[in-house]
Amino acid sequence: MINNSTTDTNSLPLGEMSEGQRGNLYNYILGIADNSLILGQRLGELCGHGPSLETDIAETNISLDLFGQVRSYFQYAAQISGDDAATEDTIAFLRLERQYKNVLLVEQPNTDFGYVIVRQFLFDAYHLLFLRELEKSNDQTLLAIAKKSVKEVSYHWRFSSDWIRRLGDGTQESHERVQEAVTDLWMYTDELFHQTEADQAMIAEGVGVDTAALKEIYYKMVSEVLEEATLEVPENKYFHKGGKQGIHSEHMGYILSDMQYMQRTYPNMEW
Amino acid sequence: MTLETQHIEPHLVSILEAVSDPEIPVLSIMDMGVVREAIEVDGVIQVKITPTYSGCPAMDVIGDDIVSAFAKANKKAKITLVLSPAWTTDWITDRGRKALEEYGIAAPLSPEADKEALLGNKKIVKCTNCGSTETHLVSQFGSTACKALFKCDTCQEPFDYFKCLK
Repeated sequence: MINNSTTDTNSLPLGEMSEGQRGNLYNYILGIADNSLILGQRLGELCGHGPSLETDIAETNISLDLFGQVRSYFQYAAQISGDDAATEDTIAFLRLERQYKNVLLVEQPNTDFGYVIVRQFLFDAYHLLFLRELEKSNDQTLLAIAKKSVKEVSYHWRFSSDWIRRLGDGTQESHERVQEAVTDLWMYTDELFHQTEADQAMIAEGVGVDTAALKEIYYKMVSEVLEEATLEVPENKYFHKGGKQGIHSEHMGYILSDMQYMQRTYPNMEW
Repeated sequence: MTLETQHIEPHLVSILEAVSDPEIPVLSIMDMGVVREAIEVDGVIQVKITPTYSGCPAMDVIGDDIVSAFAKANKKAKITLVLSPAWTTDWITDRGRKALEEYGIAAPLSPEADKEALLGNKKIVKCTNCGSTETHLVSQFGSTACKALFKCDTCQEPFDYFKCLK
């Protein structure tokens, strides 16, 4: 990493932020970045294991974009954490499971290519809508990260929605399998729009995105592609939740043990 | 746009032009448009660079290369990474676009044309090997985050296309 690197923007001076504001902003940033961190880790698992060379490269490219975005968020979070020892690395690698705030959707396993694409598709739609709003944030650092990321995420969305159409409207086998993934993963979509205390505080300050306002357009955007792909839009009444509060599914522990292994075994190790 | 947001002191230009993109060695970081500012303050060169893509692993190397390029000229440099305004392929200079083409990477098209090309609607990306536009998209993601993979139907050669980012 570049020594002495800092994000050069003019956010609210740290000294002018109250302890509570700072805590909320910190948790808010983690809430955004953890989704990309865990999804990036999941996609990274596919490196060398994708169904074809092109999709393998695409999935890992998307993973790289997400990690790049996460680095910007975590560098900012480290600055405002009030802890001199905090760095982007300690935030990424040294937290406990309950301290990760990602939604359950992104930690779901790479069951098969259908699941990988559907998970990506359901997240990309949200991510794109979210970043388009974050581009209007009062916080200049978050605004800059959003403006940078939204360009990359447009490519992710194009990739995943294109594959939904191909698999859904493809062979009988691909149709059935991608439909199964849609039906299974749909129950994790509602959580994307749940708001934590930090979310609400940041929305009130004009820093955060009012995700509740995105819900309708999200389901419209996703349903349009599914219908075009001749897939059924599920009509769930029951949705899973908990990730944002740190209550994760069983998969999360396995992800973290893999992801944190090196830092736990060789503390403070650097490249 | 480049002129409005870029500020580089003239005596530093030649040193910066000698630093190349580690993933595209024919391309200077100046032609790439990633250097946004270079000013000398109290004997230290303050350099601001911006990433092409967020996860671009070349940024760290570029930062180190700039520091060592100035060290050779007995100057100390400090690198700062800036995200705003976000990098766009418009900042690649004409000389840079030419260098890309010669290296075998098709230069980015306009945003509208880029979309058509990446959706496979129109055959407009020109093969860097034979110049034919009878080409097709193999994958939206290529060997690095900034490129897509194409194949020429005339000469059968695969080649990279630098995706438009705007």
